[in-house]
Amino acid sequence: MTNSAPPDYEIVIERTRGLRVFAWREIWAYRDLLWLLVWRDFVTRYKQTVLGPLWFIVQPILTTIIFTVVFGKFAQIPTNDVPPVLFYLCGLLAWGYFAQTFQSTSATLANNAGLFGKVYFPRLIVPLSAMISNLLSFVIQLASFAVFYICFKLGPSASTFGVGLDALLLPFALLHVAALSLGVGLWLAALTAKFRDFTVLAGFLIQLWMYATPVIYPLTQVPERWRLLVSLNPMTMPVECFRHALLGAGTTSVPLLALSLTLTALVLASGVLVFQKVERNFVDVI
Amino acid sequence: MSRPILEVENVSKCYRLGTIGATSFRETFIQWTERLRGNTPPRDEKEFWALRDVSFSVQPGEVVGIIGRNGAGKSTLLKILSRITEPTSGRARMRGRVASLLEVGTGFHPDLTGRENIFLNGAILGMTRAEVRQKFDEIVAFAEVDKFIDTPVKRYSSGMYVRLAFAVAAHLEPEILIVDEVLAVGDAQFQKKCLGKMQDVSARDGRAVLFVSHSMPAVSRLTHRCVLLNSGSVELDGPTQPALARYLELGQESLVSRASDVEHAPRIPGGNQAATFLRIGFAKPNPIFEFGESLIFAVTLRANRDVTDLRFSITIFGADSSPVGRSCTRAAFDVAAGEIREFQFRLNKAGLAPGRYSCVAALGSFYGLEHVVDFDIVPDVLHFEISPIAAEAEGICYWNEAWGRVSLPEMDQQADVDPVSQRR
Repeated sequence: MTNSAPPDYEIVIERTRGLRVFAWREIWAYRDLLWLLVWRDFVTRYKQTVLGPLWFIVQPILTTIIFTVVFGKFAQIPTNDVPPVLFYLCGLLAWGYFAQTFQSTSATLANNAGLFGKVYFPRLIVPLSAMISNLLSFVIQLASFAVFYICFKLGPSASTFGVGLDALLLPFALLHVAALSLGVGLWLAALTAKFRDFTVLAGFLIQLWMYATPVIYPLTQVPERWRLLVSLNPMTMPVECFRHALLGAGTTSVPLLALSLTLTALVLASGVLVFQKVERNFVDVI
Repeated sequence: MSRPILEVENVSKCYRLGTIGATSFRETFIQWTERLRGNTPPRDEKEFWALRDVSFSVQPGEVVGIIGRNGAGKSTLLKILSRITEPTSGRARMRGRVASLLEVGTGFHPDLTGRENIFLNGAILGMTRAEVRQKFDEIVAFAEVDKFIDTPVKRYSSGMYVRLAFAVAAHLEPEILIVDEVLAVGDAQFQKKCLGKMQDVSARDGRAVLFVSHSMPAVSRLTHRCVLLNSGSVELDGPTQPALARYLELGQESLVSRASDVEHAPRIPGGNQAATFLRIGFAKPNPIFEFGESLIFAVTLRANRDVTDLRFSITIFGADSSPVGRSCTRAAFDVAAGEIREFQFRLNKAGLAPGRYSCVAALGSFYGLEHVVDFDIVPDVLHFEISPIAAEAEGICYWNEAWGRVSLPEMDQQADVDPVSQRR
């Protein structure tokens, strides 16, 4: 028999009482689906487009140019002596990944209603796959950042920034962003399943959130007494960590980072629980 | 008796009608504040039990039919068994993997090729990549799409699409296979192949199949046992033939219970009410007709003013609300104002295929093209059923919905065929 199920394999279907913890065993059993969904997202996103995966690069670069003109030249927001292009590009690297993952995970239940109504599989697979497939575009953007980095390193302002050994911490900062975006996305997904009001809110929230995060300004520009408040935003530290790792120009501190990590862990854990609670009878509500 | 592969114990499912659909944040917020103030919010929402205490079990190797009228709870039961929604109470135990063919092709991505979709769809249904790779050639051969396997499925014909989707699901090799009306799609030959595959699965490998269908011939051919659901509970669980008989009886009861008194029924606007329907029904008490039987309508009407050239007409609609045809009385009548008249009209040789129908009835004056006047039009009346005829007459017994709603007369051989051209 080719079946992977053991002979005593038994499924019991009944009403789940209380909260269910993260069903990692089931997720593991469906890992092939996870990879196939990641691959599908990546392959189909820019099918029948002329530029294809180049869009991954075009978007952040155009945004960076606009930021450089509007916030750097017109509003003259200082960037800690780092060339503005690199400064914004680095911030957008972190923020872009966050926003994209947030948007795709928060739409999980609504976008897959048809599929979820027909077949059972662990629903968490879908947001997880979105989180991973966005990593691929992140890597491409990181490469384009590297190109800009080298160009500026050859220019006159080479001494104002520099990547050091701390660049090795980048994966941890990225993981932090991924966990946070997944957590917030799951919350929004669960809420939109029940209240459609949150679909509108999700798009709005992500815009406002960017201004509350040091993407277009460095944390050092925030007055001292406001800094703790800004750091309560769990995205603040990861963005600064990105700048620290890639440009050696971020403002990080261990207590603030610990605070941010704790908040992220709370958001993620509660997000998973809420999502799993809504997911069970989601089909009856939609 | 061995251990059942599927045990359903007292499964119930309740939907709260008021809360399904558009819930808004405001409503919930109001409920919360009411609760905080100590007022129990008024439970104005209605509870609807889609399933109530359903229990049955299935042995390995069995093919069990799940039958019941629309709204009997079949779909809800399937949704619970395929883990799409949870039961409100009770439990189901399954010893093995479950695959449901609730609707084939879910999860197909139009931009991906047939090959890519086989892997993706297999994974969605719970196969690992290694399993799909192993079955790949078999799936492609079964679906008969080998030439187009590297073409995006959005360029497939709908037949190819369905075949590919069913092929993936059929090769899943679950211990329990749940099959809903998927066989309604695809051509007759492919349907046969699918039915054969299902029989193979149960007979050879000792797996169980739950087969849900409205097609009585298919149910009686494939299953030996049926669970008949009626308004959410198990009405009968036993051998197929008695279950089918009871199923048809249930249908009759529901047909008879429809009121034929239409004096205050909703109208389609446009009638000038010169004459109105009081009662519309059939001459016999239960409107189930044998194939080929004449339909006799009993109509009571009242003329509100003097009408001349009055005719009665019906438009027949199939179960899917598509129109089948229209008929009108040959003779016209004159009725004086205030008069109440009863008529019986007979429709011969309608050629309607087995199935369920309803009608729109109309009174009017229809002579000539310029003189079309509607008096009264009543929708959704004269519900009736043409019953599937006995198994001997194979031709009509096995009526496929894809063949339409009218059974055309049989063909005769033309006598004067040139024997030479016939031989070529």
